[in-house]
Amino acid sequence: MAFYSTNEFKAGLKIMLDGEPCNVLENEYVKPGKGQAFNRVKIRKLISGKVLEKTFKSGDTVEGADVMDISLAYLYTDGEFWHFMNNDTFEQIAADKAAVGDNLKWLVENDPCTITLWNGSPITVTPPNFVELQITETDPGLKGDTAGTGGKPATCSTGAVVRVPLFIQTGEVIKVDTRSGEYVSRAQK
Amino acid sequence: MTSHSVHWQPTADIEVLQKRASMMRAIRDFFAKRDVWEVETPNLSSATVTDEHLQGFSTVFVGPGAAAGRTLYLQTSPEYAMKRLLAAGSGAIYQICKAYRNEEAGRRHNPEFTMLEWYRPGFDHFALMQELDELIQSLCHTQPADRISYQQACLEHLQLDPLSSNLEELREAANKLGHGDLAANESDRDVLLQLLFCDGVEPHIGQVRPCFVYDFPASQASLAKLNPDDRRVAQRFELYFRNLELANGFHELDNAEEQLARFEQDNLKRRQQGKAEKPIDPYLLGALEAGLPPCAGVAVGLDRVFMLALNKSQIRDVLSFDIGNA
Repeated sequence: MAFYSTNEFKAGLKIMLDGEPCNVLENEYVKPGKGQAFNRVKIRKLISGKVLEKTFKSGDTVEGADVMDISLAYLYTDGEFWHFMNNDTFEQIAADKAAVGDNLKWLVENDPCTITLWNGSPITVTPPNFVELQITETDPGLKGDTAGTGGKPATCSTGAVVRVPLFIQTGEVIKVDTRSGEYVSRAQK
Repeated sequence: MTSHSVHWQPTADIEVLQKRASMMRAIRDFFAKRDVWEVETPNLSSATVTDEHLQGFSTVFVGPGAAAGRTLYLQTSPEYAMKRLLAAGSGAIYQICKAYRNEEAGRRHNPEFTMLEWYRPGFDHFALMQELDELIQSLCHTQPADRISYQQACLEHLQLDPLSSNLEELREAANKLGHGDLAANESDRDVLLQLLFCDGVEPHIGQVRPCFVYDFPASQASLAKLNPDDRRVAQRFELYFRNLELANGFHELDNAEEQLARFEQDNLKRRQQGKAEKPIDPYLLGALEAGLPPCAGVAVGLDRVFMLALNKSQIRDVLSFDIGNA
């Protein structure tokens, strides 16, 4: 496995820390007036999702993590695994509950998802930034409300609960930002 | 052609560069009024610094007398050449020049930066701190600076005596700041002290007004005299303001023998760490042997002073072009 010096640290580099693959978020060079230079590095642990700051002596090396992102289409879940497929090669990969985490509520059949692999195994599944979901249940809203003040909860086909404006009705398809979990608009037909 | 997409524009606004120019003028006025005269010394020299934490750039001169090529180093500061002028009887001098340090780049660092350095025969480091304070007040409109000894600063902010604490106590303090992993593998007291100072002291000093820290541990004396009353500390100071280290000054070491011993010690450390040794500057040692007048000197990172004066958070904001598009 490759080793990276602090000079190679930049946002997006994947390194190993405490036995866990991590993503470098920021790398700041700090140096006292005279003396040893340090790199203050902001890191996200890819499995636990924890963000932390770690200081290295400048020039120190760290083992790289064999992590890569691939784009696969979501197929289905059998309850234990979530299955994804490469639409060109038809190769399939199954991700477990730990890898899918809370994102399972954004998984829509055929949507392209980003699967992060560590040593070949999925560790995280990231849905597209925007998904279209059908509403399976929401209180009937008041006609004429377009401002969406306050809104109301709506349950979607995937199980996600999203706050929607009052005019949105059961059966409609809405566009949701998966990063914030917020309603964006009605889906374009 | 891809030239349309390159970022050719300056990293600083033109307006900032104009303000920079007027501050340069103000600095020259400041010294003219005090009869400190401006000098220029070579950027390229045959020797460089031995300090294990400074990495110089080198290049090769080929020409008359150097057909096979002769290694020359870009200065990391004009200190040695200016001391040679002092030994030759220059009196009080200052210089505004570029200094070059490899491996240093970031929000507060550029490998090539502008340095103001000056020397005052007859001054000790306290008198020079006073003069530097006056310059900073006039440029950055700051209140008079605080002064605190290195020991006191560590006692107040780390609850640790930097002069007597042992390796375990330093590691424990680093652990408290979240640097347990780094500290566990570090056996150099000074590296631990520098880490603790960066993270545990710097953020707490010089926030409202600039702060001088003086009397650094003797192991970090660099080119400063040891304090004759307490040889555990050196007559070295640094100036901090709002998380920026602005200046480093010394009551200058004038003993050639001791200077040589420190350079050799540096090279020994370099060897132990697998780094290349650096040639020791014979001209500086010659000047010290001939006699350096008792003096104090200080080097100021001018780009950082401009950052503070112009309220900019990154060094690139005050440079015409930083290393990213130099």
